Amino acid sequence: MNWLDTIVQGILLGGLYALFAAGLSLVFGIMRLVNLAHGDLIVLAAFLLLVLVSALGLNPFVAALVALPVMYAIGWGLQFLVLNRTIGDDILPPLLVTFGLSVVIQNALLQGFSADSRRVPVGALESASLQIGPISVGTMPLFTFLSAVGVIVGLNLIFYRTGLGRAFRATSDDRATAGLMGIRADRIFATATGLAMVVVTIAALFLGTRANFDPTMGPARLIYAFEAVIIGGLGSFWGTLAGGVIIGVAQTLGAAINPEWQILAGHLAFLLVLLVRPRGLFPRALD
Amino acid sequence: MALLETQGLTAFYGDFQALFGVDITLDAGETVAIIGANGAGKSTLMRSMSGMIANAAGQVRFEGREIGALPAPDVMALGIAMVPEGRKLFPSLSVEENLLIGRYGRATAGAWSLQTVYDLFPVLKERRNSPGTALSGGQQQMVAIGRALMSNPKVLLCDEISLGLAPVIIRDIYAAFPRIRAEGASIVIVEQDIGQALKVADRLYCMMEGRVTLSGTPASVGRDEIHAAYFGAHTA
Repeated sequence: MNWLDTIVQGILLGGLYALFAAGLSLVFGIMRLVNLAHGDLIVLAAFLLLVLVSALGLNPFVAALVALPVMYAIGWGLQFLVLNRTIGDDILPPLLVTFGLSVVIQNALLQGFSADSRRVPVGALESASLQIGPISVGTMPLFTFLSAVGVIVGLNLIFYRTGLGRAFRATSDDRATAGLMGIRADRIFATATGLAMVVVTIAALFLGTRANFDPTMGPARLIYAFEAVIIGGLGSFWGTLAGGVIIGVAQTLGAAINPEWQILAGHLAFLLVLLVRPRGLFPRALD
Repeated sequence: MALLETQGLTAFYGDFQALFGVDITLDAGETVAIIGANGAGKSTLMRSMSGMIANAAGQVRFEGREIGALPAPDVMALGIAMVPEGRKLFPSLSVEENLLIGRYGRATAGAWSLQTVYDLFPVLKERRNSPGTALSGGQQQMVAIGRALMSNPKVLLCDEISLGLAPVIIRDIYAAFPRIRAEGASIVIVEQDIGQALKVADRLYCMMEGRVTLSGTPASVGRDEIHAAYFGAHTA
């Protein structure tokens, strides 16, 4: 029974990793841009939530609603004013610029908030749990996982059921021909990054309420997110969720055997999937 | 006033100068054919008129307004739709989605809609949920034409629509042009295949090495003159 519990906790943790990864997957799928500052942007959003909660006394969920448009605007501006200039045939400029951005965000947060660990308080929800059969499930972890599923469903609806989604896919296929359809690629890219920052804010809400965070923990979140995207197969949102769950389960299983093995077990699972399915579990037909 | 015209248009294809002072005009309601051999500069002319490339010198005017410096999405929004060489359907989009995206930047109401495009090319309705690139070449060309019509453009630019297609398919596609004209679009057709283009065109321009070498109506211009303008040598 202990194992079942471990696996359920791992699946729920996977929801958090899928939330880290969904924004990355979205941006990479549309513009083949790897944003190395993605993890730091999650931490930035968590600090934004912290400020809203502690300075204005807002409920964390209300604070997230306030932060969503702010992060959307930051993402839109970042893409339109900075990252669009780095996109081209050469893949190096976006890597260098987002790496630099990662360093800048980390140091700005250190300057502003010090290196202390923080946490966004959610009151009684922190320790609340549900008894499902023999397993006790934390309310917040369950909420995190359901939010991840909601985000994936939402992104799929936008991608495959709306005019904006058609424009995303068309621009990803062929930017020049998309221009003939009246699609302005620079704005489509900015909208995509804005949307990714909306997902980042949701991820930050659950990161910040689940455990302590500090300004330097972004890069490790980026790695989990990146592994989830690669395991799932580039461009598949459901694959990203599956990738997050695989890493989450591997980590909790590893930790159950020996707490020192938690992180390592996640990375080993990633390497194992790469070995068996080099293009991930659910690769898009094209590419 | 011409609907669309170029004056002294000079443009480059990469580092290579492809157009040397080209003057052409398209009046409202007209169909104009631009013919010439591979490398004559026809496609560069189309890319200049659609905003895909900027012209180096000279002007492109649409409804009297200079549009030579506008990017493709702005040109499209004014009402100039292009059927690009090679069809260029979006592989991630179904046939119907490829048609719908044609009106992304200009959702003007008019004669053309999903329904009327399906009336024009009924086979597309049967295949509407297939990926655009799963269709035959001729069907893909129909999607590309339908996609351009979806914005109800004032001008339809067709770049090499017969390229790589069997003669019987080319006939089917050109059979749609009287209907497209009747709904009010003015048309520029660029072709290497002279036969079909001359049947639907009111006027023609022949291009060679980046210059217009001959212009007139299909009735007034003889085969030998076209040959001379096309190949640069008198064969008669």
